[in-house]
Amino acid sequence: MRLVLHVNGREHAVDADPEALLLNVLREQLGLTGTKYGCGEGECGACSVLMDGELLRSCQVPAAGAQGHKIVTIQGLAAADGRLDPIQQAFLDEGAWQCGFCTAGMVVAAHALLRRNPHPTEAEIVTAMNGNICRCGTYPRVVAAIQRAARGGVQGGAA
Amino acid sequence: MSQWGELLNPHDEAAAADARAEIEPERYEMTEGPAHHFGVGRRDFFRVTGAGIVVFGVLSQTAAAQEAPAPGDGQRRGGAPGESGFAAEEALPENIGAWLHIAPSGAVTVFTGKVEVGQGVRTSLAQEVAQELAVPLARVSMVMGDTARTPFDMGTFGSRTTPIMGQRLRHVAAAARQLLLQLAAQHWGLPAAAARHLRAEAGEVVDPGSGRRLSYGALARNRELAAATYFRQGGLTPAADWTIAGRSVPKANGRAVVTGEFRYPSDHTLPGAQYGKVIRPPAFGCRLEHVDAGAARQLPGVTVVRDGEFLGVTAPTLEAAERAARAVKASWSPAPAQPSNADLFAYLRDHAQTPEARALQLRGSMAAGLRAAAHRQSATYTIAYIQHAPMETRAALAEWRDGGVTVWTGTQRPFATRDALAEAFHLPRAKARVLVPDTGDAFGGKHTPEAALEAARLARGAGKPVRLQWSREEEFTWAYFRPAGVIDVRCGAAADGRLTAWEFHNYNSGGAAIGTPYDVENQIIAFHPCEHPLRQGSYRALAATANHFARESQMDELAHAVGMDPIEFRLKNLSDERLRAVYHAAARAFGWPGKKTRPGQGFGFGGGTEKGGRVATCAEIVMNGGHVEVRRLVTAWESGAIIDPDNLRNQITGAAIMGLGGALFEEVEFAAGKVHTDRFSRYPVPRFSGLPVIEAVLVNRPDLPPAGAGEIPLVGVAPALANAIFDATGERRRHMPLARSSRV
Repeated sequence: MRLVLHVNGREHAVDADPEALLLNVLREQLGLTGTKYGCGEGECGACSVLMDGELLRSCQVPAAGAQGHKIVTIQGLAAADGRLDPIQQAFLDEGAWQCGFCTAGMVVAAHALLRRNPHPTEAEIVTAMNGNICRCGTYPRVVAAIQRAARGGVQGGAA
Repeated sequence: MSQWGELLNPHDEAAAADARAEIEPERYEMTEGPAHHFGVGRRDFFRVTGAGIVVFGVLSQTAAAQEAPAPGDGQRRGGAPGESGFAAEEALPENIGAWLHIAPSGAVTVFTGKVEVGQGVRTSLAQEVAQELAVPLARVSMVMGDTARTPFDMGTFGSRTTPIMGQRLRHVAAAARQLLLQLAAQHWGLPAAAARHLRAEAGEVVDPGSGRRLSYGALARNRELAAATYFRQGGLTPAADWTIAGRSVPKANGRAVVTGEFRYPSDHTLPGAQYGKVIRPPAFGCRLEHVDAGAARQLPGVTVVRDGEFLGVTAPTLEAAERAARAVKASWSPAPAQPSNADLFAYLRDHAQTPEARALQLRGSMAAGLRAAAHRQSATYTIAYIQHAPMETRAALAEWRDGGVTVWTGTQRPFATRDALAEAFHLPRAKARVLVPDTGDAFGGKHTPEAALEAARLARGAGKPVRLQWSREEEFTWAYFRPAGVIDVRCGAAADGRLTAWEFHNYNSGGAAIGTPYDVENQIIAFHPCEHPLRQGSYRALAATANHFARESQMDELAHAVGMDPIEFRLKNLSDERLRAVYHAAARAFGWPGKKTRPGQGFGFGGGTEKGGRVATCAEIVMNGGHVEVRRLVTAWESGAIIDPDNLRNQITGAAIMGLGGALFEEVEFAAGKVHTDRFSRYPVPRFSGLPVIEAVLVNRPDLPPAGAGEIPLVGVAPALANAIFDATGERRRHMPLARSSRV
């Protein structure tokens, strides 16, 4: 079926399988592989994207359901000139990953949190991020990165 | 208890003192792979050549010898059934050019068969090379895990990358630096006396007398290089003099990771690639009896592949592949009777493969040791099966071309995967190429080649490249597990706290760190391989976790019996100065012994040594009803000279968090050949919530060679928590995971 999806600031017309999940259309048809498959049940957060600014598990929604909405993936967060989103820069500054496979989902979830709550407490960060799994166990650094971004303490990109 | 008598009688204790058979340390580093032997033929040869300018030289024999595997540390000899493709070992190249290229631009490329799975070696190995070669770190890039371009490597496991590959690459780089100095001297026509004053710095050779400089790139371009095939082995830079290694540096590929541009194995594709889906048996042990693929084959673009027990489909889209897999009507034999996790530990004990332990260390006389003891104890510990649950499930992209196959996949053993492909498809090794893009976790769980074999078989059938990524349910069911185990301990201590007897039997979980680091004259230590119900294999730290859990719990119990502080009791029986220093460091940072300020509070300690690392963890917990709330974990760690303090801290903290899951709540539940805990909603793993404050205390020993640090930092967590629970409640929990009921 033909879908028109608005992703990362552009409209994309795709011919998608009627059963296709948003995650798979992003990855397989638009080549936006920064968004990851981790569990297929909305439990790990690796597939996180933004829909109209709100956090969404892209493995849990049919692609057709994303029509008419603005989707932003990890690959649409940096500015067109390459300037990183403050939360991306904060992850770099804190070295908040090991293998990095969960990082895209973490960054997107953190971005959604800060958009909604620019100065979250640590408890609020934990609650908001608890749907994202990192098997490397970098959670404390992710919290530190979110706190850094929240106080505008990133070394670059935020200016 | 009957097991003691049976094990003691066969041995003449008088002969025991010199019968210290070597403990097999790493049984589960290698494990069974799926024995696919496909019925496909052979064609012609293809070859991939690397590009770039090669600096020739001969590596010293000393350095080459260091890559030789230690006894028991690596290949299992004899090739047990299903392990085909995992027994190959190749001679390593001794020319620098196999490991290091210098381009005319001065860019340095390092080639290693190791892979990056989150442990940070893409960065730390580059630091070591940059240090020894005297080039800026930014100029060094790493080609890793590509069987066509990197020298043979057994695999990324056993905490071997830092002590063995790191040292090897430092020797290569130091040798290259010496050679470049020599070439510069030749170029300038300097006499030997003047040549000695040349310096290598920041990618250039500098003549301090005249101030002239020659870049490495220019020297590498010099055609005379080809003739310069020898050099004298230069000394390595002492860690105390490091300026690039020894410091925290940004991790490689950081920008690509945070922007989502980095491509992991599951992100790779090729034009025309089809999607593969393997059709799995409904339970372990079911045999494929009949296949009706008529309906599936009617679907557009679908290929159904059956080859022996292997059954799978390919289709142009993921969704079509899943529909096709559902449309295939396969009938399977009923699942054979098999144990469940409810009767697991009795099963293991009843199915020890030999009446005598395979690996046995005997010293002194247990009978004498127990007679000398004022306090005697015996106890049994059990350890559940757990899953690695890597964030990235197994994935592979396979392409056949010119009779050869190329596979991109996430594996810790690219060369073994290549060999498995060659064997399964009856190819010469040179016609199978495996590339390992940096992978989303492994934790010892990606030693085996299954996704690569499956994708290659499907691609062969489809006549097109095939991508395959396991679902989370497949990963939880068809990957292998950390071995469950039963551990029996019997021990004694004198009234003054001196250990007099120590007997330790591990059933099934493994021999890693099975020996005690404490001084005890009378010992029996044995590992008993067992028939086991689940496919099992390596896991970060192997059985060192289980063995430390049992040993350090029992040491704690002895300390209480003797009436000594648990750390003081250990130190009384410990002569390893490095381990003592780490225990002191942890105790100091933690503020041991803790002072109880609230109800339900408890403090615990666990420590030990394995693979050249020394670890001590102090834990603080609070019991809230039946719930274990972990408040604080302090882990002190020493593994020789520190290459990258920030990465080391990251690894220790991450290991502590991963260790929390296995210590407290992770447990595979299975019955009738099916895994019930086959998704994250049924198999909880550590998350943001409920994490303790975690502190890493780094003990740097620049005077000692660096050891690996990706695994062993986690082994103190479980015993420290078990001992803290005892401190809080007076209850000994002897089952891992601690927060679930014991199933002895």
